[in-house]
Amino acid sequence: MIDVQRSGPSTGMPTRTQQSDVLEAAYASHGDTKHILLFPSTPRECFEMTADAFDLAEQIQTPVIMLTDLDLGMNDHLSEPFVWDDNRKYKRGKVLNAEELDKIKRFGRYLDVDGDGIPYRTIPGTHPTKGSFFTRGTSRDEYAAYTEDSGAYQKNMDRLMVKWETSKSLVPKPFSYPTNKGNACGILFFGTSTYSSEEAMDMLKEENVFVDAMRIRAFPFNQDVNAFIDSHETIFVIEQNRDAQMRSLLMIELQASPQKLIPILNYDGMPITANQIFKEIKQHLTNTK
Amino acid sequence: MTYVRPKFRHPELPKNKLGYSVDYYEGALSTLCAGCGHDSISAAIVQSCFDLNIEPHRLAKLSGIGCSSKTPAYFLSNSHGFNSVHGRMPSVATGANLANRDLIYLGVSGDGDSASIGMGQFVHVVRRNLNMVYIVMNNGCYGLTKGQDSATADMGSKNKSGKTNLFESIDLASLAIELGAGFVAQSFSGDKSQMIPLIKAAMNHPGFAFINVISPCVTFNNNVGSTKSYDYVRQHIEATSTIDFVPEMAEITTKYEEGSTATVKMHDGSSMVLSKLEENWDPTNRHSAINAMQSAKERGEILTGMLFVDGDSQDLHHVIQTSDTPLNILTERDLCPGSIALEDINASLR
Ligand SMILES: Cc1ncc(C[n+]2csc(CCOP(=O)(O)OP(=O)(O)O)c2C)c(N)n1
Ligand code: SF4
Ligand SMILES: [Mg+2]
Repeated sequence: MIDVQRSGPSTGMPTRTQQSDVLEAAYASHGDTKHILLFPSTPRECFEMTADAFDLAEQIQTPVIMLTDLDLGMNDHLSEPFVWDDNRKYKRGKVLNAEELDKIKRFGRYLDVDGDGIPYRTIPGTHPTKGSFFTRGTSRDEYAAYTEDSGAYQKNMDRLMVKWETSKSLVPKPFSYPTNKGNACGILFFGTSTYSSEEAMDMLKEENVFVDAMRIRAFPFNQDVNAFIDSHETIFVIEQNRDAQMRSLLMIELQASPQKLIPILNYDGMPITANQIFKEIKQHLTNTK
Repeated sequence: MTYVRPKFRHPELPKNKLGYSVDYYEGALSTLCAGCGHDSISAAIVQSCFDLNIEPHRLAKLSGIGCSSKTPAYFLSNSHGFNSVHGRMPSVATGANLANRDLIYLGVSGDGDSASIGMGQFVHVVRRNLNMVYIVMNNGCYGLTKGQDSATADMGSKNKSGKTNLFESIDLASLAIELGAGFVAQSFSGDKSQMIPLIKAAMNHPGFAFINVISPCVTFNNNVGSTKSYDYVRQHIEATSTIDFVPEMAEITTKYEEGSTATVKMHDGSSMVLSKLEENWDPTNRHSAINAMQSAKERGEILTGMLFVDGDSQDLHHVIQTSDTPLNILTERDLCPGSIALEDINASLR
């Protein structure tokens, strides 16, 4: 699914940009639910991540949401040429064919055979007597039969959590800037806040202020995001919404300390500017001196 | 709850051409109320698939939410099933059918599932002419949530608590004809001999085949004053015709009275012989079918049987010209235009 974010709530400013669907997309649906999110920042990355999203969706057997925004989706951008590796194979994930089904005693659609939380699936019509199952929204056991047994329900919910852990190593890693030198401050950003964040870093450098930087490219967060937060005293989280949604997500999912995460927010419908980022970082550093 | 059906069966149950006996087409033991019309429809589906020699794994059964939508658990346990979200079966069926055109798609829904929450989905799956059989088990109420009036409850019909329905009803069969469906039938869960040939003919129809089956809810809508009760339906039913489904190659052996029969050829060589009971009605003419239904409604009758069939119907794959090979078995070689095509795109943006 591709969400070209624009300002909300409701129809909001329909022709203006924002990064304000982060929390909604991350936890969309009722019940204990989390979704895989991808955050492209350039047209080329939109292209590449869309292809990756199909692979991820089949490998992890779950919807993948790519969060781009109106700035990226509708404005003109200068882009590197798109490239495609002709040897690339589609990743279909764990799909059993008829021969493989023949070797199995009993196929269990939700049976965690490999311990990674991702069970094997079959495509309808594969085998005359094996591999058919009933997909349902209700609770079910490992063999796809309806159940309201508490143990079976919890086991499946825990399996989904194992799958979530597995997906952390499958989604795109964050981009760590080569200039990272173990400075006390770091900046975290994603999507179209990238251009302005990079420019702000240059502006800060001219004033001899050095910050490390990381661009988040996916949710669930990779271990590197955790390490980046842990290794800095202060982290500026730059995003284009009122409620500091990415900051909240970092707090919820990584137990990052709220005191440490300083929000830099823009929600006027226009893309965030380097000037704003530069000023707010300087202001904060001056105030805390 | 799903109960496992006792395995014991008479060893000499007749077998079909594939060597399966009818129990191979059954499902888990039903947990619906005893006497629920939906169970009779499930039984007709089982019999039809047995008679048609369908390989269960080549059929996908899909449904939404409701007592009716629970039934796929109670038939064809060797088929793939998908119990989707309320009113969303048509989207799932569309996706599945587009991915693999070679399976038989059987969608089961309720009047609440199709005529209320899923109405937007219903009308579009009809007009797209998706190749599927779509059965609505129509009881005029939301059975699963304890019998609230549905949008197909007739105006003036009384529910269990004695309240009269004040609103005009939605007639799904007429709607389907108007939206261009190529196969529209109506039946009654109490009439298995009519349902079975209709289901078989629907499965052989190359496009969207709709069967609206009046299926009384014995627990919440079988009271005096309800127009969907067993008694009321039995007293007001009027068949358009008697139907015989004649499979491909089989000889037409039944003798039909001259002048009163219409033979409809199906795409695979099978045919449906209709002995017409309703005068001034031509099953191959949309106007005629709608007129017959409207005048039955004025008389307070429920018209059942084959209502409309278009022998030249072309399904969605034909219209949008997808490949003959199911999309889900195409590989990178067929699907990916590769770096050369991408280079052209890059060039066009320079
Ligand atoms: C999105 C959503 N809304 C409402 C419900 C509650 N609900 C469950 S079944 C049902 C009505 C089903 O009626 P129908 O399709 O006629 O099936 P029946 O039980 O009569 O066979 C409703 C409203 C639900 N499950 N999901
Ligand atoms: S409540 Fe009505 S529709 Fe549901 S199982 Fe019982 S009789 Fe059937
Ligand atoms: Mg109903």
